[in-house]
Amino acid sequence: MKNITKFVISDIMRNRIILFYLLMLCLFSWSIFSLEDNTSKGIMSLLNIVLLTVPLVSIIFSNIYMYNSAEFIELLVSQPVKRSTIWKSIFIGLSVALMAAFFIGIGIPVLFFVPGLTGATFIVTGMLITAIFVSIAMLCSILMRDKARGIGLSIILWLFLSLIYDGLVLFFMFQYADYPIEKPMAILTALNPVDLARIHVLLQVDTEALMGYTGAIFKKMFGTGPGMMVSLALMVVWVAGPFYLSLRLFDKKDL
Amino acid sequence: MVEILILFSVSAIGRTIHVGPGKEFKNIRPALLEARDGDTLYVQHGLYKEGNIVINKKVVMIGIELPVIDGDKRYEVVSIKSDQVIFKGFQVQNSGFATLNDPGGIKVYDAANVQILENVLENNFFGIYIQYGKHITVKNNRIKAYGVEEQQIGNGIHCWKSDSLQIIGNHVQGHRDGIYFEFVTHSIIWRNISKYNIRYGLHFMFSNDDAYVNNFFDGNGAGVAVMYTKNVIMYGNTFKNSTGDAAYGILLKEISDAEIRGNKFINNTSALFLEGANRMLIHKNVITGNGWGLKIQANCMDNTITENNFTANTFDVSTNGTLVLNKFFRNYWDKYEGYDLDKDGTGDIAYHPLSIYSVIIENNPIAMLLYRSFMVTLLERTEKLIPSITPEAFVDNKPMIKPYIL
Amino acid sequence: MIHLNNISKSFGKTQALKNVSLQLDAAKCVGLIGPNACGKTTIIKTILSMVVPDSGEILVNGTKITGDVRYKASIGYMPQIGRYPDNMTVSQVISMIRDIRGYEGKEDTELYEEFGVNKFCDKKMRTLSGGTTQKVSATIAFLFDPPVLILDEPTAGLDPVSSGIFRDKIVREREKGKLILITSHLLSELDDLLTDVVFMQEAEVLFYKSVEELYTETGEERVSKAVGKLLKLKMR
Repeated sequence: MKNITKFVISDIMRNRIILFYLLMLCLFSWSIFSLEDNTSKGIMSLLNIVLLTVPLVSIIFSNIYMYNSAEFIELLVSQPVKRSTIWKSIFIGLSVALMAAFFIGIGIPVLFFVPGLTGATFIVTGMLITAIFVSIAMLCSILMRDKARGIGLSIILWLFLSLIYDGLVLFFMFQYADYPIEKPMAILTALNPVDLARIHVLLQVDTEALMGYTGAIFKKMFGTGPGMMVSLALMVVWVAGPFYLSLRLFDKKDL
Repeated sequence: MVEILILFSVSAIGRTIHVGPGKEFKNIRPALLEARDGDTLYVQHGLYKEGNIVINKKVVMIGIELPVIDGDKRYEVVSIKSDQVIFKGFQVQNSGFATLNDPGGIKVYDAANVQILENVLENNFFGIYIQYGKHITVKNNRIKAYGVEEQQIGNGIHCWKSDSLQIIGNHVQGHRDGIYFEFVTHSIIWRNISKYNIRYGLHFMFSNDDAYVNNFFDGNGAGVAVMYTKNVIMYGNTFKNSTGDAAYGILLKEISDAEIRGNKFINNTSALFLEGANRMLIHKNVITGNGWGLKIQANCMDNTITENNFTANTFDVSTNGTLVLNKFFRNYWDKYEGYDLDKDGTGDIAYHPLSIYSVIIENNPIAMLLYRSFMVTLLERTEKLIPSITPEAFVDNKPMIKPYIL
Repeated sequence: MIHLNNISKSFGKTQALKNVSLQLDAAKCVGLIGPNACGKTTIIKTILSMVVPDSGEILVNGTKITGDVRYKASIGYMPQIGRYPDNMTVSQVISMIRDIRGYEGKEDTELYEEFGVNKFCDKKMRTLSGGTTQKVSATIAFLFDPPVLILDEPTAGLDPVSSGIFRDKIVREREKGKLILITSHLLSELDDLLTDVVFMQEAEVLFYKSVEELYTETGEERVSKAVGKLLKLKMR
């Protein structure tokens, strides 16, 4: 497992797109932090960008990587290694490589400009989001044999989770504003990993506002120690769930 | 000044009585019984459990090395029922806990020219309680209680129907309200620290012509509430860390003709909440790191908000209506993205401090869940460019380019 | 060495293998031949458990292959089109496979040397031509001296010289007692190599004969011709 992971990582690290991704993230973070003297505002602008680009790049890159590695995976399967080992190794390799790019591009500037809990939460959340979308990408690649379809599916999923979902929730909220919708709203947002990530960072940056009217429900759902653990756990489920499903499918897949 | 002179002249002609182990009086009560107006009682270090101690003579009581007067959780500890009493340097603790007659650590009944100085009050129902007081000084006392529920604890410094009070340099913690004023006029509250009280750090109602200067409020359950009052001056106070549902840095309800200047509002859920507030001048304040900088309800009018720094707030301003009867100008808003081509220090395009999403949240608090999502950001940006829902008149026409040095 | 018992496999509606049973023994060079889409590659893939059969069982050295991947250490596989991670160099690929297999015996570097792999071992995989990639695949298949070799269209991209080297290597390995399974559609390439022929058609094994049997039955001296003649005979 270690060997394959190592090879996958070194293979991806040599990929020009990952370098480009890293530079792009660097550009975002340094330009935002150097233009903005208010770092807490800067980190929120950065969050907006991160929540759009990181899932997009993670899912598309991983998806293309999976399709391009089809023969390589075949080669590995012909060797005496377990399929699950191969799949896990690729997942870890992809996640680690993309997380590393995220950490160098965003994490280091964030630690530099916003040290402390807020910065740390931001980085952890960004990394979890990376892993989540790698996991979803791998599931897409196994669901769709055809590369174009697989990439199409991942773009649709990204669009849905990053943009459309919030629109729908907003719409739902306006429609049922007269009813007690706190719980359903909270559950709906907790179901989307992008929203979870956003709220996670929000809890650190907009603490005061979040303690307001919505305080009670926020505390229950995400805020306090156990709530925070719940939302972290939910994100981990978003990593593990699609990955586990794809692992099961890969175990039975005909290559 | 006048009353201090009077007191000094009175004590000058009085006797000196010593209380304590090995002294002429073992206990305070017999000593008080013996004392006459103008006497000075020196109470030695020790524990005095004598039920309710009533001071009904014009005496000076001075504690040496902080003698402890204990109410045994049954009695009101010290009752001052005479004018011109000085009560200094005692630890007053464990008053009775009852909601019927409001027992206090030190309670002043219908008296004038009383001074309560440098005492420590521990675990009392009410700390210092003043009713029908006049020219009372409460200075440098440390008042601490361990209240958990609002109904089961009284206020730290409670003043009712009084006039010309000086509340200075006290430290109040763990009571229901740190400092409570009701029908108190012509008084000053200066350099007090009020923190971690269950409800308000400072709570006052129907108390006109008072000044609040350089006080420090931190972590109080609901912040500071100022209600049904006029002619109030609030200078240089700090309002910090009031977070939670219905928690405010300062809540201003039915207030008129007040000046709020040079205060700092830091990390509150809502820094200033104005409801039915009229003719207020809010200027030179620092409003930073709050959920809402200024919540101004539509029933407020003729208020002037100028030369404040609004920085790092989630929302700077929020309102619940479309009517705008208040003036905003020359404030610094860190969210302002305009430019200053004519170099006059103010932005060339007006700033609309009201965010559409803060209005939405006003109506649907749960919408906060979606805040800063892409959709909402898009919505806010569009609204900022072309205001359609938020009132056009809600505007700062001269937003500052640089923050004030405050 | 390798037993296939009643293997069936279908991909959706298309039946890829119908009750295929085969017994492949050591010291043989078996040619797996047949028209396109007859199930040749599927058989190879089931042996390597790249394709999971719907029914039937496969035994390698007497043990069932399901659930245990260690048997693959005894197989050297050369795929039809070898695709490797683009950015890795040839020597990195080789050392990766070496790490994965954890082979501890003496490595068989004959092909490595004869193909002159060291001349291009620092090149990245994506810069290699199809033929060179095939050389890498072949080198890897033989490198760990496995008792079974499965070669899927091995000579397709090779130049005549390399092809010759490769054929000689196959013969040598067969003589060492190894089992070699080759698929090819160019039968002429397999002359002189094969000891047995498996002919597949429409997902079934049409016949499995030794080359001698084939020659005596048909009176031909070349595999390609013999197979053609036998097929004609069968058609009648």
